[in-house]
Order: sequence, then C-alpha cells, then structure tokens
Amino acid sequence: MSADYVLESRNLVKAFKGFTAVDDVNLKVTRGHIHALIGPNGAGKTTVFNLLTKFLSPTSGRILFNGQDITPMKPAAIARAGVVRSFQISAVFPQLTVLENVRVALQRKEGNSFHFWRPQRILDRLNDRAMELLTSVGLESFADARTMDLSYGRKRALEIATTLALDPELMLLDEPTQGMGHEDVGRVADLIKQVSAGRTILMVEHNLHVVSKLADRITVLQRGAILTEGDYATVSTDPRVQEAYMGTAAAAEANAQQEETA
Amino acid sequence: MKLSKLHIALLLVALVAPFVLYPVFLAKILCFALFACAFNLLLGYVGLLSFGHAAFLGTGGYITGWLMMNANLTPELAILLGTAAAGLLGALYGKLAVKREGIYFAMVTLALAQLIFFVYLQAPFTGGEDGMQGIPRGELFGLIDLSDNLTMYYFVLAVFLFGFWLINRTIHSPFGQVLKAIRENEPRAVSLGYNVNDYKWVAFMISAALAGLAGATKSLVFQLASLTDVHWHMSGEVVLMTLVGGVGTVFGPLLGAGAIVTMQNYLSGGELGNYIHIIMGAIFVICVLAFRGGLVGELQKLVKRNFG
Ligand SMILES: Nc1ncnc2c1ncn2[C@@H]1O[C@H](COP(=O)(O)OP(=O)(O)O)[C@@H](O)[C@H]1O
Ligand SMILES: [Mg+2]
Repeated sequence: MSADYVLESRNLVKAFKGFTAVDDVNLKVTRGHIHALIGPNGAGKTTVFNLLTKFLSPTSGRILFNGQDITPMKPAAIARAGVVRSFQISAVFPQLTVLENVRVALQRKEGNSFHFWRPQRILDRLNDRAMELLTSVGLESFADARTMDLSYGRKRALEIATTLALDPELMLLDEPTQGMGHEDVGRVADLIKQVSAGRTILMVEHNLHVVSKLADRITVLQRGAILTEGDYATVSTDPRVQEAYMGTAAAAEANAQQEETA
Repeated sequence: MKLSKLHIALLLVALVAPFVLYPVFLAKILCFALFACAFNLLLGYVGLLSFGHAAFLGTGGYITGWLMMNANLTPELAILLGTAAAGLLGALYGKLAVKREGIYFAMVTLALAQLIFFVYLQAPFTGGEDGMQGIPRGELFGLIDLSDNLTMYYFVLAVFLFGFWLINRTIHSPFGQVLKAIRENEPRAVSLGYNVNDYKWVAFMISAALAGLAGATKSLVFQLASLTDVHWHMSGEVVLMTLVGGVGTVFGPLLGAGAIVTMQNYLSGGELGNYIHIIMGAIFVICVLAFRGGLVGELQKLVKRNFG
C-alpha cells in the first residue's frame, strides 16, 4: 500500500520569461509530517508555495490534495479546502488590532461576512475563541494593541495564530523564523512543533538547526529541481547537498553559529 | 454607530441652517456630500479609485426624473427606483471593474462611464443636450408637498442621514471588517479563504447605489437631470471633494463637498467664473501635495495643537 499523502505535486513546472523557476517537481507530503523544503536563495521554494496555493498558475503539472486534483481551483477556494499558507514577508493586517486579526480568520465560517447592515459587535461572540488562539501563541496580553506596533517576532506569532484559526489540515509556512533573534526562533520553533499535532506542515526554513529539530522529512531544492529527499541525517550528509547548500562558506558559518547558540 | 457630541452638534446646525442660508444651496451640498461619502466608501475603505462615479449619480437622476415626469409615482418610489437602477448598473460595472487593480481599475470605470455618457447623450428620453427639465417634485407619500424649498431641504437631510448612517454601518459591520482586511493585505485575505473580488463587488454596488440616491434626490431638488451629472468632470469633482475633505475619514467627504460647492457657487457668480477650473485644479494640487489628510486632517491637527 502506498503511503498516505496529504499533498502531492506531479511534474510541477513554472516557467517565467526566459527561465524555469520550478522544474518538474514531484513533491509528496506525508500526512502528519513536518516536511521541510530547503535550498539556497532563489532555488524556487517560494514559487513552489505560490503554485501549491495557486497564487501562481503552474505552466504545467498537477497538484493533488487528499488525492483530489486541485490544480484548477482558485487560491481562496484552496484555502477553504484546508490548505492555508503564510508568507515570507510578514502577513498581518497592520491597522487592525491583534484580536481583530485573528477574528477576521474566524469570521468567515460564521457566514455573516457579507452582512453590511449589521453591527460589528455581533463578532464579539468570537472573542473567546480568538483569545484562546492568542494565548496559545503567547500574545494574550497584546490583544488590544494595534498590530503595526508589535515586534517582528510577535507579528509572526500572530500570523500563526491567524492561520490556526482556520484549523487547516495542511499549513504552509514560508520561512517562519526569518529575520528573528535567537529567542524568538526558539519560541516559534516550539510553537510550530506544538501546532503540528493533528495536522501536516510544509515549511520553508533556512535555519538548519530548526530543520533538524522539527522536520520528519526534508526536500532539497536547487535551481528549481529536487536535488534529494530524506530525513535530516540522510540529507545533511549527502555530498551534493553539502556542495549546493551547506558547503558554501557563509552557510557553514551560519550553521555553526546556530549550533553554538542552541 | 454611537452618537458623539460632534454628531449632535452637526445635526443641530443642519436643522437650523435653512433659516440662515438658502435651502436649495444647502440641499445641493447635502446631495454632493452623500455622493462623496458613497465614493469615499470605495476609495477610503476598500482602496479602489473609481473614475466613473458620475455614471451612477447621473443614472439615479435620469431614472428618477423620468419616472416623476412619466409614471405618476410618488417621489420616494421614484427615488427608490432611481437608486436601484444605479445599483444595478453598479453591479454590472463593478463585476467588470473589480477584476482590475490600481490604475487599471480607474481606467475601466472611466471607460464604462464614458460609454453610459454617450448612451444618455443619444437616448431620446434624456432630452440630450437640453437635459430633462421641469421635473416635478411631487408629494412625499402622496401627503407632503415638496414644492416648498424648506420642506424639500428637510427631506434631503433625511435622505442624507440615511445614506450617511448606512455607510458608517457598512464600515463598522462584519462586512466592513473584511473590507479593511482586504485593503490592509489583500493576499493575506485571499489566503484566509476570502473571495476578495466578491467583497469588492458588493462594496462597489453599495457605493453605486448611494451615488444614485444622491443623483435621484438632486434631480428633485433642481427639478433637472442633465448631462453635467454623467460627464467625466463630475467623476473628477467627487475625487476632488473627497481628497480636499480627507480620504478614509467619516466627515471628510462632507466637509470637502461643502467647501467645493460653496466655492463653485461663489466663484461662478463673480469675475473669477472663467477661471473656476484652473482654481479647482490648483486646489487639487495643493491638497495632494501639502495636505494629505485633507481638511479633516488639518482640523484634527489644529484641535490637537490647541486643546490636546
Ligand atoms: N513573479 C516572478 N517573475 C519572474 N521571476 C520570478 C518571479 N517570482 C520569482 N521569480 C524568480 O524565480 C526564482 C525563484 O524565486 P523564489 O521562489 O522566490 O526562490 P526562494 O524562495 O527559493 O528563495 C528567482 O530567480 C526569482 O527571481
Ligand atoms: Mg523564498
């Protein structure tokens, strides 16, 4: 019997003018896994995310979610089906309060999102659930703060809380620890581990220490194509990976630093 | 919406004003204020710059005017149908426009508005260049004669208050919350599962219908519906009013409409009448360059400086 895959891509290709950013990628994400997608800058990781969530249309290839072809679906429909993504740059609603950010996500299933004649306070019944979610990411004391005033690390935590509000079957996180201090990195990594219970996570991550701690399986992307796949031990000792990715002086150094501080 | 002291004060001013100033002039300000508020719902709260809102103002005016002249309806029904016609046109135009973004959205709305301009120019029922003249005001609910200017003013005030309330309710509704999210970060709203174009479309329809309501009411005030109201100048004027008053603020469009209408009235009578477009243009440039928050923004700064 074949393994149970939540998400599969078959021969996925994205060609931009003149070059192929994603080249014949066959990705298989096993249910319940934390699956990491790694690779040097410009390898096409974000583009893969954009394709899987249909923020970009593939040049060719198919995407299967729970065995069903979702390639023709619109991005919002894919989100409603249970594949929810975050973005490489922080994606919050800066002028809304922290609580409102989470509530906007909870609101959709209430079925009143087109009700322009009703007062906003009918959304207050979602506040308890929103607070629970904020508490789960340690933001409960910031509920009424304006989101633009949060620190970068807290904004990313808020993004995770907002994504969790949809209770997605599959969460796609694009570099959730990018640009964070060590403390925040640790906190977000723990958070990802915690929220992975009962769902599947596909994440792009540059911090190899985080990858080694969290990932059940790793796919290495290079120049748009899959270089190799496997668990951390397999991938990290693969000479091709070391050459393409970890072998570069800067990456090795960064890696060493992360090991030190961990 | 909670009634603040400011709301109550303004309402009192609006109630007494026709005893000091000419009621038709005040009614004109209210009609344009409603038009600008409707426009501001799109620009200020969804971030969509329509450059074709005259189409809806004009449609409301023509349909209501025609019904008053030919269908023997009471004014409230004629206005309702004029508003609905503008809303319907908004549904059609909005469907086409919300697929575009930024400058392309503005261009699509402009093109569609020009299309309807030529339709109204050619269609026999509008009276072409002469417009539709001598529209009767009729009797409200068949009871209240609107031919008296003071009575007409209070009716317009009631219409304005309804429109103003509806816009504010929309902004502070579950729907408005999604609009804000879309304006703040559209890709994120999509990734949360919202079909953002549907939300923009509904906002567009509400805005178009209320612009139509303004036009419908205006046609009764002046007993006239003409090509001026569907001309692209009018689409530009509402942008000007909103920018001068303050985009995305509740009172900005109201203040902007008051300022522009007053100025036009004042200038068109005097020697400067010939320069009115140049003066308007200059005001526009100054506002955009120096007073980004519009009149409301400047007032807020003033209040903060002196009382804050
Ligand atoms: N919309 C686009 N148009 C053209 N080229 C793009 C576009 N998006 C990404 N690319 C290019 O595709 C390549 C892969 O980018 P990306 O997926 O962002 O890489 P990664 O996330 O792995 O760093 C890069 O060379 C990038 O410049
Ligand atoms: Mg990337």
